[in-house]
Amino acid sequence: MNAALVVIFLVAAFSLVLGVVARSGKQMTLEQWTVGGRGFGGLIVFLLTAGEIYTTFTFLGGSGYAYGKGAAAYYILGYGVLAYILSYWLLPPIWRYAKKERLISQSHFFARKYDSPALGVLVAAVGVVALVPYLVLQFKGLGIIVSVASYGSISSTIAIWIGAAIVTIYVMVSGVRGSAWNAAVKDFLILAVVIFLGIYLPLHYYGGYSEMFHAIDAAKPGFLAFKPQGESVLWFQSTVLLTALGFYMWPHAFGAVFTAREERAFRRNAIILPLYQLILLFVFFCGFAAILKVPGLTGPDIDLSLLRLSIDTFDPWFVGVIGAAGVLTALVPGSMILIAASTLLANDILRGLRPQTSEEIVTSAARGLVPVVALVAVWFTLQGGQTIVALLLMGYAFVTQLFPGVICSLMRNNPATKYGVGAGIVVGVATVAAITLTHSTMKSLMPFLPVEMNDINVGFVTLTLNVIVTAVVSLATRPAVAPAPVGTA
Amino acid sequence: MANIRWLAVLPFLGILVGTAFVNNVEPLIFGMPFVLAWNVGWVVLGALIMAVIYASDPANAKAGDGEQGTGR
Repeated sequence: MNAALVVIFLVAAFSLVLGVVARSGKQMTLEQWTVGGRGFGGLIVFLLTAGEIYTTFTFLGGSGYAYGKGAAAYYILGYGVLAYILSYWLLPPIWRYAKKERLISQSHFFARKYDSPALGVLVAAVGVVALVPYLVLQFKGLGIIVSVASYGSISSTIAIWIGAAIVTIYVMVSGVRGSAWNAAVKDFLILAVVIFLGIYLPLHYYGGYSEMFHAIDAAKPGFLAFKPQGESVLWFQSTVLLTALGFYMWPHAFGAVFTAREERAFRRNAIILPLYQLILLFVFFCGFAAILKVPGLTGPDIDLSLLRLSIDTFDPWFVGVIGAAGVLTALVPGSMILIAASTLLANDILRGLRPQTSEEIVTSAARGLVPVVALVAVWFTLQGGQTIVALLLMGYAFVTQLFPGVICSLMRNNPATKYGVGAGIVVGVATVAAITLTHSTMKSLMPFLPVEMNDINVGFVTLTLNVIVTAVVSLATRPAVAPAPVGTA
Repeated sequence: MANIRWLAVLPFLGILVGTAFVNNVEPLIFGMPFVLAWNVGWVVLGALIMAVIYASDPANAKAGDGEQGTGR
């Protein structure tokens, strides 16, 4: 065991202890376990929502994407700020409604708004499907960190198992309060590590940012701007819009909204969180610094770039500190996702299908499902093959399908019916699944489109399809208030 | 408030539309490729705009929590 691993395991053990301590003195009802009794102040809500942004996805995925794809990584900077601006108006009405109705989940929100338990079950199922790739990418990140930091002595398979076990134990013991404590520790550590690396690496290896970018531009012309095809401007636009709209549609992000004590917390966060987003710049700088120093990583291996460069640069103990920060960025969001997925399965799908199920059974089912969900994610993680960013974009393509239904439900006169929203979600999600499984592209699906259109994010295309289906079916199934519905379908 | 609220549209235009017109590496701004610096600028402006909107929104002036906001 080298110094790097010692540091990583100490931090992992520390976060486990924090999670256990956080539990003390609180009776764990389902509402406590999932939304912290709805008693979190602005700072904790800030850390929880921010905690979900700075995940393995940004730390390893963001630097990896800058390393492997160049300008395409800029999209990660763009969508957050737009999502926060939307949140200023989107989250307070959701929170008010959830508080009034004592809701603890996104699926309840749909079920209550549309007066349809079946729609609630459907939404929960979409949530679980979308969460799996998100959880997979956290485990994948854990595996990368532990195996790279062990300098090869621990295989990534064993590392993934270790990481999954830690997340599982910690969630089963402490629920969302554990996440809140660790979110604070994690944010401090990741902030320090990322800012240090983002400044040190470019200065150390190139002498400055201008020098670094000039060197990259000379070695790889066009890499630092959007390409004419592939990751083009159109790809950027459609991806930013898709992910900005989907940002708060994640069941766990939606659920974090419910933990707030007052609605002003969201409006304040809409000011602060965009600035917090700027940390991403330093993540990009790490990835860019690695381009000319550890060349040759391709495919899913681009996610290794930050750690490979760190190993070439620093002593093992400091590689351990970097790795520990990375482990926390996977543990904290990983635990949130696990809670969200198992609560969805127990409270929304199980109880949705069998409403007479008792509170005790649902609570223990939610806990019992934690290791099951973790095992499924480990299985997918071991299949490998995708970059971290590709995994998250897949999740977004699923989860953004819920956006039209949420927006319509917040309007004074909801224009959509439960059948419309349900049909739209089914069509959207089925199309994403079909495209993902058959590896289709826009070109193969719609050959009549001009070639420039090929780069539109498929998630965005399916969202458009979803909106059309929702509108048409809603028109056809409108309750006949005035004249009978016109035969639009 | 009603009019100031529309400032929130600007970052959408800047990032989603504007990026198409500034897709260049040179000139570097603060050492960053121009198109990256453009997006960074909109993140900062976005935060400033939201601060202005927050300050002018009557819903945030009240001391109480949880009741219906009047700013919408």
